[in-house]
Amino acid sequence: MIPAAFDYHAPNTLAEAMALLARYGEAAKVLSGGQSLLPLLKLRLGYADHLVDIGRVPGLEYIKEEDGYLKIGGATREVALERSDLIRSKYPILLDTALVIADPLVRNRATVGGNLAHGDPGNDHPATMLALGAEVVATSPKGERTIPIEKFFTGLFTTALKPDEILTAIKVPIPASRSGGAYVKLERKVGDLATAATAAQVTLGKNGEVERAGIGLTNAGPTPIKATQAENYLQGKKPDDTAITEAARLAAQATAPTVDRRGSVEYKREMARVLTARALTQAVQWAGGH
Amino acid sequence: MVPQTIAEVGGMGHSIKRKEDPRLIRGKGTYVDDIQLPGMVYMDIVRSPFAHAKIKSINSENALKVPGVLAVITGETLAQYNLHWMPTLMSDTQMVLPTEKVMYQAQEVAAVIASDRYAAADGVEAVEVEYDPLPVVVDPFKALQPDAPVLRTDKEGKKDNHIFHWEAGDNEGTNRAIDEADVVVKQDIYLPRIHVASIETCGCIADFDRVMGKLTVYMTTQAPHAVRTVFALVAGHVGLSEEKIRIISPDIGGGFGGKVPVYPGYVIAVAASVVLGKPIKWIEDRIENLQADSFARDYHITAELAAKKDGTMTGLRIKTLADHGYTDAAANPSKFPAGMFSICTGSYDFKHAFAEVDGVYTNKPPGGIAYRCSFRVTEAVHAIERMTDVLAHELKMDAADLRLKNFIPADKFPYKSALGWEYDSGNYHGALEKAMQKIGYAGLRKEQAEKRKAGELMGIGISSFTEIVGAGPSKHFDILGLKMFDSCEIRIHPTGKAIARFGTKSQGQGHETTYAQIIAEELGIPAAHIEIEEGDTDTAPYGLGTYASRSTPTAGAAGAMAARKIREKAKKIAAHLLEVAEGDLEWEPGKFSVKGAPQKAKTIQEIVFAAYTNHPPGMEPGLEAVSYYDPPNLTFPFGSYICVVDLDRGTGEVKIRRFVAVDDCGNIINPMIVDGQIHGGLTMGMAPALLEEISYDENGNVQGGSFMDYLLPTAVETPQWETDKTVTPSPHHPFGAKGVGESATVGAPPAIANAIVDALAHLEVRHIDIPITPEKVWKILKEKGVAL
Repeated sequence: MIPAAFDYHAPNTLAEAMALLARYGEAAKVLSGGQSLLPLLKLRLGYADHLVDIGRVPGLEYIKEEDGYLKIGGATREVALERSDLIRSKYPILLDTALVIADPLVRNRATVGGNLAHGDPGNDHPATMLALGAEVVATSPKGERTIPIEKFFTGLFTTALKPDEILTAIKVPIPASRSGGAYVKLERKVGDLATAATAAQVTLGKNGEVERAGIGLTNAGPTPIKATQAENYLQGKKPDDTAITEAARLAAQATAPTVDRRGSVEYKREMARVLTARALTQAVQWAGGH
Repeated sequence: MVPQTIAEVGGMGHSIKRKEDPRLIRGKGTYVDDIQLPGMVYMDIVRSPFAHAKIKSINSENALKVPGVLAVITGETLAQYNLHWMPTLMSDTQMVLPTEKVMYQAQEVAAVIASDRYAAADGVEAVEVEYDPLPVVVDPFKALQPDAPVLRTDKEGKKDNHIFHWEAGDNEGTNRAIDEADVVVKQDIYLPRIHVASIETCGCIADFDRVMGKLTVYMTTQAPHAVRTVFALVAGHVGLSEEKIRIISPDIGGGFGGKVPVYPGYVIAVAASVVLGKPIKWIEDRIENLQADSFARDYHITAELAAKKDGTMTGLRIKTLADHGYTDAAANPSKFPAGMFSICTGSYDFKHAFAEVDGVYTNKPPGGIAYRCSFRVTEAVHAIERMTDVLAHELKMDAADLRLKNFIPADKFPYKSALGWEYDSGNYHGALEKAMQKIGYAGLRKEQAEKRKAGELMGIGISSFTEIVGAGPSKHFDILGLKMFDSCEIRIHPTGKAIARFGTKSQGQGHETTYAQIIAEELGIPAAHIEIEEGDTDTAPYGLGTYASRSTPTAGAAGAMAARKIREKAKKIAAHLLEVAEGDLEWEPGKFSVKGAPQKAKTIQEIVFAAYTNHPPGMEPGLEAVSYYDPPNLTFPFGSYICVVDLDRGTGEVKIRRFVAVDDCGNIINPMIVDGQIHGGLTMGMAPALLEEISYDENGNVQGGSFMDYLLPTAVETPQWETDKTVTPSPHHPFGAKGVGESATVGAPPAIANAIVDALAHLEVRHIDIPITPEKVWKILKEKGVAL
C-alpha cells in the first residue's frame, strides 16, 4: 500500500494547472478528490510521474442554476450535493446518487468531476448524468469545449478528455415542471460499487404521458450505459406498470456485464431490469404521475 | 445478579466504565506500529503470485540498488542458520522462506530490509523471481484422489495429501441408531474459508541487542509467554535462550484467534535483527493480512441426523473434510486435531453420536484458527443447528418445539455427552422460552402464514447453541506440551492499592476493567485502585494467553484464587490487630469484623497498612500472592437466538428485521462489557452468514483478498440487536463465570441461515450454504418461479 515515487504539483490557478498538464502530457494525472486515483497508485495498479492537484484552484466548487442549467463545478465535493438545498428540493436523482457513493468519509473528499473523469463504469454519477442529459465542460489552454455526456465515456477508464484538459464543470438542463428522477442501487454492502444500479429521469406531459425519459445504467458494461431503446419506447406512453415492465426489459437488453464477485452475468442483467423498473416507478411518482 | 459490593468498590455485577477506554478512544493507545526505536529499519515482503510453483531463481541485484535498501533475505539466507522451516503447533512444518517451491498465492518469498518503508516497498518491486508453475490443488476432495499431485514433496515418503484422520464417539451404536430410525435426514454443509480481519493487522519490531545478547520483540500476539517458549525451542540452536528473550505485546487492535500463530514474518524479522544488529519493524498491510495470514473454518461437512416419528433425536453422524492449506498450522491448543468439534451434539440429548474429520493439504494458506470460538466450535454448532431445522422440516414440526423436545433437561447436569464432554451446567429450555417470549414467537408464525398467502417471504430462525470454552484442563489441552493453565500475581501496596499481573493478553476485551472487578469483589479494594498489567514476559507470570474465551475461566479464576490467598493472610493480620482468634472473625467485602461485635472491625486498607508497618510476630511482612489455575473442567456457556428476516423477491436481498439474543454465561463480572461482547459477536456472526468468504479459482488465485471483495459489515449492515440473559452459574468455577467473548459469533450464523431457509421452506428449500448472498437467494427464487 505504498505508491511508487511521483512528483506532486499544487498549482494555485487554473492557468498554472493547465500549463503543468501541457508540459507533462501523458505523464501527468489530475488529482481531484483522490478517492480513486490514490488507491490505484498505492496498490501500484496505476503509475503517474506527476500529480497535478487541482484542490487549490479557485472557482471549481459551486452548485447553482444559471442560464437554464444546473451548473456544478468540477471540483465540487459529493458532500456538497448532499447538503445543498437546491439539490435536496429539486434534484432527487442527484441526492439519491450522492447518498450511495462510497461512504461519508469518501464523500467528504471525492468530487463530482472526478467521479465522471475517472471513466469507471462502476462509478455512480455517470449513469445519473446520462439520465439527466448533462454536458461536460472541458477546459484547456486552447479554451473551453462542451462535451455531451453520451459522447464522454469512450471506453473502460477512458473518456473524451484530452491530456491537457481539465473537467471544470457539469451542466444539467433544468428539468421542466412535472419531472422526477431516482437512482436505485444494489450493493453488497455500503461503500461497494454497484452490483447493478439504474438512474431514471422522467418528464411527464399534460396528459400524464412520458414526454422525456432518461435512463442510465451503472456497472453494466465496459462503459456507463444509456438505455436508449428503453427511453425511446417510453416516449409518449403512459408510464403504467406494463410500460415500465417493458422499458425495464429493454434496458436490461442493453447491458453487457461481466462476471465478478458481485455476481454472474445473468444476475447482473436481471438486476438491471428489476432496478430499472423500481427507478422508473419512483421517478414517475416524483414527477407527479402514479 | 445483585452486586455484593457498593458502587464505589465496583466488584462483580457493576457496569463500571472500561478503564482502558480513556486511552483507547482518545487515540492514546500504544500499538506496535506506534513504537519507534532508535536506529530502527523496516522490512517488507516479496510474495508469490502463484499458488504452486518451483522457484528457479531470486535475483536481488536491482533491489539492492534501490536507495535505502540494506539487505534482501531469502530462504537461502535462513537456510544457513537452519531457520528456513519452522514447526507448527500441530507438529507439522511450515516454511519461513522457501528454498525450492511456493505452496500458495501470497506466500512469503523474500524480505527486503530498508531504511524506510518507501524504500522497502520499492525494493520489493525490484526483486526478480523466476517461477516455474506447478499443477495446483484447490479442491480438497480432488486432493485426496490417487492422481492428485502430492504437495508435500519435502516430506520423505509422503505419497498423498492426507494429513490426519480423527474420530470420536460410538461408530457402531450410531450406525444402528441410523438404521433403526423412523426418519433420517442427511445434508452437505460447507463452512467457507473466512478471515478474522482484525482492524490492526499483524506486525512486530524485533530488536536484538548484540552486546547484551538479548532479543526483545514487540509483537501483536495473543499469547506472549507461549511465543517466548516457542522462540527458545525453535531458535535454541542459534543461541537464543529463554531468559534472553522478552516478548512485549502492546495494545492490540483485535485478535480473534488470528494473532495466536507465529507467522513467518515475525521469524524473518527476528533473524534479520540478529543478522543486521538493528531493530526491524514489520507491519503487514491489509491485503497481506487477508491473503497470507491464517484462515478460519473451511469445513466440508456431511451430517446425518436420525429421529423417531415424534421428533426424539436418536443418533448423529458427522463426516468432515477439513481443508488445511499446505500445512497443518492450526492454532489449536487441544490434544485433538479437530479441536472441540465433538461438541457437535450441541444442546441435545443424544445417546449415540459419531464424528470424524480428515485433514487435507491444498495450495492455500495454512491455518486454521479458532476465529472467535474455541477451535472448531462454530463449525460444530452450525452443523447441529442447521440439521435440527432440516429435521424439523422433514417431520413438519415447529423448529422451536423440536428443540424443546430434545434439549438436555436442566436437572441432568452435569451431563456427559455422547462424544465425551461433561457439560457443567445449563438451562436450555429457560433460554429458548425467554427468547420466544421476547420476540413474540407465536405471533410471528401467524404473520408468516399470512405473508405466505400474500406471496411475501418472511422467515424465522432459531439457534440454541452450546459453547465449550475456557481451555483448558491439563488432561485435554496443551501447546507443545505446555499445559493450558493461566495465572495471576497480585501485589498490594501499603496504602491499600494494588497491581495485578496476568498471563493473558487483552485485545480489546476489557481485562483491565474486569480483572480489577474480580479482585475488588474478593478483597473489597475498589476496582479503581487496582492496576492490571499483561503482555510483558519479563514482568507478568507465565500464562498461555487470551483466546477460546479462556481469560475469565482461567486467568480470572487465578485472580480470584490469588486474592483469596491474600484474604487468608489479611485475616491473620486482622485477628492480630483485633486481638481475637481468626475463627471469631467474619468477612464482608472490604472488612473483617468480630462476630457479634460488628463495631470491632478492621478495613482491608487498615490491614494492608499493618502488613507493612505492624505485621504479627513470626509472619513475613508484605501482602502478595500468585496463583496458577488449572481448571478442573471447561465451561459451557449457551444461549438461544431468534432471527426474523424478510426477503426481497426482486433482488434476493435479505433484511434482518429482528434478532433477539438470550445468552447465559453464568455469573457476570461487568454487564456492560458482556453486552458489548455480544453486540460485537453478533455482528461478527452475521458477517459469514451473509457476506464474508475467501475462495480460490482453479489456479489457486485468491478471491476476496482485499476489503473490496472481503465484505466486512459496517454499522449500516448491522441490525438492532436485542439482548437478554439468563444466569446459570458454572458449578466448578471459583465465581461461577463461564466466558462470553465467543458465544455470539458461534450462535448467530445458524440463526440467520435458518431464518432464510425458513422463509423458503414452503418451496421445499432445506439448506443454503453460507454466506447467503442476494444472488444465491435470487437463483432459488428464480428456480422456484417466484422471482419478480
